[in-house]
Amino acid sequence: MLKDASSRRAFLGAGALLGTALGACRTQESAPAAEQQLPGLLGEPVRRYGARSPHETAARAIRETKTPEASSSRTPLADSYGTITPSALHFERHHAGVPAIDPAGHKLLIHGLVDRPLIFSVEDIKRLPSVSQPHFIECSGNSGGEWSPAGAPTVQLSHGLAGCSEWTGVPLKILLAEAGVRGGAKWLLAEGADACKMQRSVTLEKALDDAIVAYGQNGEALRPEQGYPLRLVLPGWEGNVNVKWLRRIKLTAEPQYVKDETSKYTELMEDGKAWIFTLEMDAKSVITSPSGGQALGARGYREISGLAWSGRGKITRVEVSTDGGGSWTEAGLQEPVRTKAFTRFTLDWQWTGEEAVLLSRCRDETGYVQPTLAELIAERGRKSVYHCNRIKGWKVAADGSVSNAQA
Amino acid sequence: MRKHETGGELKMGRRARAGEILRRITFWAAALAPAAAVLSAQQYGLGRSAEPDEIEAWDITIGPQGKELPPGAGDAREGAKVYEVRCKECHGEAGAGGDQVGFIGKPEQLIGEKTVRNVGSFWPYATTLFDYTRRAMPFDRPGTLTDGQIYAVTAYILYLNGLVSEEETMNAETLPKVKMPNRGGFIRDPRGKR
Repeated sequence: MLKDASSRRAFLGAGALLGTALGACRTQESAPAAEQQLPGLLGEPVRRYGARSPHETAARAIRETKTPEASSSRTPLADSYGTITPSALHFERHHAGVPAIDPAGHKLLIHGLVDRPLIFSVEDIKRLPSVSQPHFIECSGNSGGEWSPAGAPTVQLSHGLAGCSEWTGVPLKILLAEAGVRGGAKWLLAEGADACKMQRSVTLEKALDDAIVAYGQNGEALRPEQGYPLRLVLPGWEGNVNVKWLRRIKLTAEPQYVKDETSKYTELMEDGKAWIFTLEMDAKSVITSPSGGQALGARGYREISGLAWSGRGKITRVEVSTDGGGSWTEAGLQEPVRTKAFTRFTLDWQWTGEEAVLLSRCRDETGYVQPTLAELIAERGRKSVYHCNRIKGWKVAADGSVSNAQA
Repeated sequence: MRKHETGGELKMGRRARAGEILRRITFWAAALAPAAAVLSAQQYGLGRSAEPDEIEAWDITIGPQGKELPPGAGDAREGAKVYEVRCKECHGEAGAGGDQVGFIGKPEQLIGEKTVRNVGSFWPYATTLFDYTRRAMPFDRPGTLTDGQIYAVTAYILYLNGLVSEEETMNAETLPKVKMPNRGGFIRDPRGKR
């Protein structure tokens, strides 16, 4: 079962949202709001490490399992602004818990088809030329429930296995050049230092393209649950290959067909065959506000806002429908639009108090357009489990409550 | 309604295009370089040489051909005893599944309304069973089974699926020869790169 922060918020938030809407719609009746405090009382002193206001309660939604070390938590997308996910709210997926690693002792071994097998300390890696780039990371199981027609009731539950951070680290090709990649190497195996020593095969082509060995996230060190002190970041590729707690890279001629690229993270077709190494994440968008579990307050102006991303490059266009797909309007894209990163789209909207069904669909720079569920099923059947990027809808009822349009 | 500029659709900026050209040159330069080295430009001199024993201690991955399998051996009868003590609590009686996945299945179960994806029905390589058990199991205490116990419990799970007999010994030579029923069940994403 999933604990959802935002469904609770739906009940608590109705009053507050009414209050917020007041400024925009002065003709509406007001709900009682907390009184504004007057300045004057002496505030809190400076502090070494900040914490958010006690009034802010957005939290990850945890999938409860019998083994909480092998579980996931989902980003509260409905409560996030802009395109960067706060590190503390970035989704998690662990297979054997979060290891407690002292960076002073952590090493990264590069071996296999190389001229010089090398061991790098974290300090070595931090001395090398760095890049800082925002990239989304999305579990390929994100929106897995959306393969069923109904789908999930909130955007946190339907799309929350995704987040976007600014990652800082050394391009993997620099480390590979130091070790010297031998002819015949076509793949590499990346392995973590968690209890299950999670491993995945990655093409050398991707490693030489835009792979990063990251130590920074959103301006500070990686969070332990994001791979502290080192993780692999493979922009645009499914979350699981972005190996956390990275300790080993082995250059190989062939993929290793490890458990997490055969028995898991493969897509079963209706004929019993399964697609393997479907590593790029297809373009996807979702409206985060208004979204399921929220409640619109007063009628009048309300910005529609959401997120779009593609594992193949930049988002070039997002269209929004407020009538369930009858007509579409091009949304604005907040600049800068970055490759393989969350892109925030917005659209002006006047809510008249009538029922509405809100949809979004995006397109990336390769020309790929986000599909409907029917289109996805026509291509892949119903057994895929992973890589669901269907168009998602939210229904606004006459009373302002927002729910899953497919339910 | 506010008019939004999307701009730049399907157009690459000059910098992005230069980056793309550089990327392609780098890639093709790497791909076409003499076989000696794809990429070898030790420029920074950081990192230290990894000693053979350090590599051996960490290089635990067992590939599909099983070339990396360690010495040791075990059969299903011994494996049943290991399973009883170290696996059954989560994976159920005789691999039937419990709080965690079961192991028994056939590829026919990959088709139809209710599909079953497990070792018997889905896994393409027997060697993966050894690799994963050794690196990750038992869940709360990985690394506490001997290689012999891992061969034995691997043999037991294969035996439960009717893929080896109860007496057949699994070792570095025999395990890679076990052909899993769904060996040919995986295809590369036919959509290719878009």
